[in-house]
Amino acid sequence: MSEPIRVLIAKPGLDGHDRGAKVIARALRDAGMEVIYTGLRQTPEMIAEAALQEDVDVVGLSILSGAHMALVPRIREALNTSDLSDVALLVGGIIPDEDIAVLKAMGVSGVFGPGTSTEDIVLHIRSLMGAKAG
Amino acid sequence: MNDLLSAILAGDRRALARGLTQVENDSPQAAALLDGLFPYTGRAWVIGMTGAPGTGKSSLVTALAKAYRAQGQTVAILAVDPTSPFTGGAILGDRIRMRDLSGDKGVFIRSMATRGSLGGLARATRDAIRLMDAAGFDRILVETVGAGQSEVDIARAAYTTLVIEAPGLGDDVQAIKAGILEIADVLVVNKADRPGADNTVRALRTMLEIGHPASRQAMIRHHGQMVAAPETPDEANLWIPPVIRTVAIDGQGVDELLEAVENHRTHLALEGRRTALERQQTEIEVYERLREALIQRLLAEVPADAIEAILARIVARTLNPQAAVKALLDQYSQKPKQGA
Repeated sequence: MSEPIRVLIAKPGLDGHDRGAKVIARALRDAGMEVIYTGLRQTPEMIAEAALQEDVDVVGLSILSGAHMALVPRIREALNTSDLSDVALLVGGIIPDEDIAVLKAMGVSGVFGPGTSTEDIVLHIRSLMGAKAG
Repeated sequence: MNDLLSAILAGDRRALARGLTQVENDSPQAAALLDGLFPYTGRAWVIGMTGAPGTGKSSLVTALAKAYRAQGQTVAILAVDPTSPFTGGAILGDRIRMRDLSGDKGVFIRSMATRGSLGGLARATRDAIRLMDAAGFDRILVETVGAGQSEVDIARAAYTTLVIEAPGLGDDVQAIKAGILEIADVLVVNKADRPGADNTVRALRTMLEIGHPASRQAMIRHHGQMVAAPETPDEANLWIPPVIRTVAIDGQGVDELLEAVENHRTHLALEGRRTALERQQTEIEVYERLREALIQRLLAEVPADAIEAILARIVARTLNPQAAVKALLDQYSQKPKQGA
């Protein structure tokens, strides 16, 4: 029996631009993954609770507001508090280069800026899952 | 007792989520889990909600869940969305409409993709309901897109089935031909503030008058492949599905809907009706599982190239499908099992 990779795509904070999130959701679906899309304006606690209930392997955040340095650590912490420290966290959106290393140090496995091909994100997730399985 | 099992029974949400993944994947651990959970099931009231895309099912699920929460009942939601037949992937978006429910620990929402076979989905849905039931939720709402037989099958796992319509989706002939209406215990016209709602309500009422609800029992039996002589309809025993108007997004009609569901629950509680319903459902489930198991067992014995050879002969018109199946059964199903 196949076991599809389950991914939660969430938009934390107050920015209302979700086209990027939808494009990613669709690309992951086309790669055979099950994508749970939460919609806009999610709090860190809402994201962690949805990730828990849906038992996802990966949480992908789309952040275009510039608030990533404030939101991401709170979301990682909320996930860890819910005993979801093994869930991979990805961030996409407008992220300045100098923030990438800091985000990764916070426990973000991948950061994807504008112009990233969806294929790269698919490959990144597959390699994370492969590492987990092996 | 295994750890996951006792954690689920204790109401641990993370354990429930993991258990749901196991039954969805039909993993080896799932069988033991379900085995241990079964004695703790049968407590929750299971409500199936189905209807065409865009009728507002998710919003109505949310409204109903909120109403139950206001009464102090806990609610689990199983939201089923289709898997792409081309890629095997799925986008599960029902949570978008259920935003108002997040943060409430008395609510648990799980999205489920339809994945592979029809039979597989029905199995996974029933098993998922059992897990939520054993975890102690008072009400379980199962939401599916009403697009065909698979949804009808899922609805049959529920005690009370709501069929949701909206104005402007089709004429009254549509209402009659769409077989899913026959499974409705409660008919809901959502978006009832829109033009045409009166017509939709009227069409549904007319349909109910034409199609006598007693036909329901005979139909279930038929699909369980147990075509029995129809029982004499007992007028007092009949449940006539009410037609309820709602506007899910502002809560209009939700109290009436809740009342209708609870009335149906009371109706089933009387005179052994619930036992009769569960017997029908059990019969369907056992036959489905048996069918699946027999196919699996047979195919385990038949070499893949033998199947290929038979398929090729059918395509070449040198063997007909009926004869092929008979030959397979004659050759393999009679063989004594070694060691089993």
